[in-house]
Amino acid sequence: MFPNAFKYEAPASVDEAVRLLAEYGYDGKVLAGGQSLLPMMKLRVAAPAVLIDINGIDALQGWREVDGKLRVGAMTRHAELEHAAELRDKYPLFFQTARWIADPLIRNRGTIGGSLVHADPGSDWGAAMIALRAEVESRGPQGSRLIPVDEFFVDTFATALNEDELAVAVHVPSPKGPAASRYMKLERRAGDFAIAALAVHVALGNDGRVSEAGIGICACGPIPLRAAKAEAALIGRPLTEEAIVEASKLVPEDAEPADDLRGSAEYKRDVLRVFAARALRDIAKELQGKVGVQ
Amino acid sequence: MKIRVKVNGKPYEADVEPRTLLAYFLRETLKLTGTHIGCDTTTCGACTVLLDGKAVKSCTILAVQADGREVMTVEGLEKDGQLHPLQAAFWEEHALHCGYCTPGMLMASYALLQENPMPTEEEIRFGLSGNVCRCTGYMNIVKAVQSAARKLSVESREAVGEVATSGTAAD
Repeated sequence: MFPNAFKYEAPASVDEAVRLLAEYGYDGKVLAGGQSLLPMMKLRVAAPAVLIDINGIDALQGWREVDGKLRVGAMTRHAELEHAAELRDKYPLFFQTARWIADPLIRNRGTIGGSLVHADPGSDWGAAMIALRAEVESRGPQGSRLIPVDEFFVDTFATALNEDELAVAVHVPSPKGPAASRYMKLERRAGDFAIAALAVHVALGNDGRVSEAGIGICACGPIPLRAAKAEAALIGRPLTEEAIVEASKLVPEDAEPADDLRGSAEYKRDVLRVFAARALRDIAKELQGKVGVQ
Repeated sequence: MKIRVKVNGKPYEADVEPRTLLAYFLRETLKLTGTHIGCDTTTCGACTVLLDGKAVKSCTILAVQADGREVMTVEGLEKDGQLHPLQAAFWEEHALHCGYCTPGMLMASYALLQENPMPTEEEIRFGLSGNVCRCTGYMNIVKAVQSAARKLSVESREAVGEVATSGTAAD
């Protein structure tokens, strides 16, 4: 299978890429890791006239901590985040999520920025970034802006990015206090998109009560969703069994799953509830003894 | 577009259309037909090659994206007419039936052993989860990778003089 013919551009800088996006407008499409876009082009679901390949832009690779946030370049590959030893302690949700994305071969090419901009509701990064309250940094002719992840996903395959904007990085706040996370995913077979998946991040304050709660829902709605009710139920409370059971029952209330070939909506809601309880119990165990009061 | 690619150590220069996929460039332009095209939808892994040392699905990369880079295909495993220990192990352990997935299995296994020379069964299964075999299942493929890992570790220890004679292979 071949894609339709297209014009190929390979800018070497973010400025050049932004200029090309402005020049080609609707005809231009950014090629990141290409693990979703190229199959879509081969199936002729997508047929951009111009492909703007950003793989050669070094500034989009890698991560660093700045001003209490971790800034991850948009072209950082899933496999790099899966294996980044230095991120494991402070930002464990990155490796916990990355290892669930597709398969090792795809993870060597696919990128976090490409996945977020593609805005597939089954994107694992979408749910994880919701849990971590990330912001997407974009660059356009008017300059840079930070888009909170809750405003970033507009609809299935649609984001808040303007046509002439490029996602250049994702910013994640550093946890304040002891934190732990889990990524839970159910697939039909290894490497598949989720039947349902859940990203959970919790940080505790000095009093041992939950100070940060982030729960992102994957593959259960038109976009990645936030389990806001469950988060609110956890804030200010110690992670007791009672709090866990109560919060996990609230997770399905914010999900909008559909009946499809992966399972019924009812089944997916129940998977989310079970995942929330398991994740929160694991997190409670991991954080035990990390603060004075429990 | 003109591209320069090193494939299995040999430099090539070619003129390709931007929409040419790396798998087709290898097979049709360079006539290296060891790389197979299976599903064509980034699922099966039959087209797995190494791009700058990383295992990737060559049906989902443009040939122009390999410009200035190094590709290793299954043809690059054999040295001086000798099968690579991984290839030999696939033969010995009957790790193939129809053979269609084998080039991809070999390249993914090769990349796995480069990163993790002595993987556990679980790590092998996880590492090969992007490669699909529709004939026989994965038992013998896993066995072959384990066998090759043992042989390669003996070879590398011999190379640094840790093993006195070649008759003491661990298996």
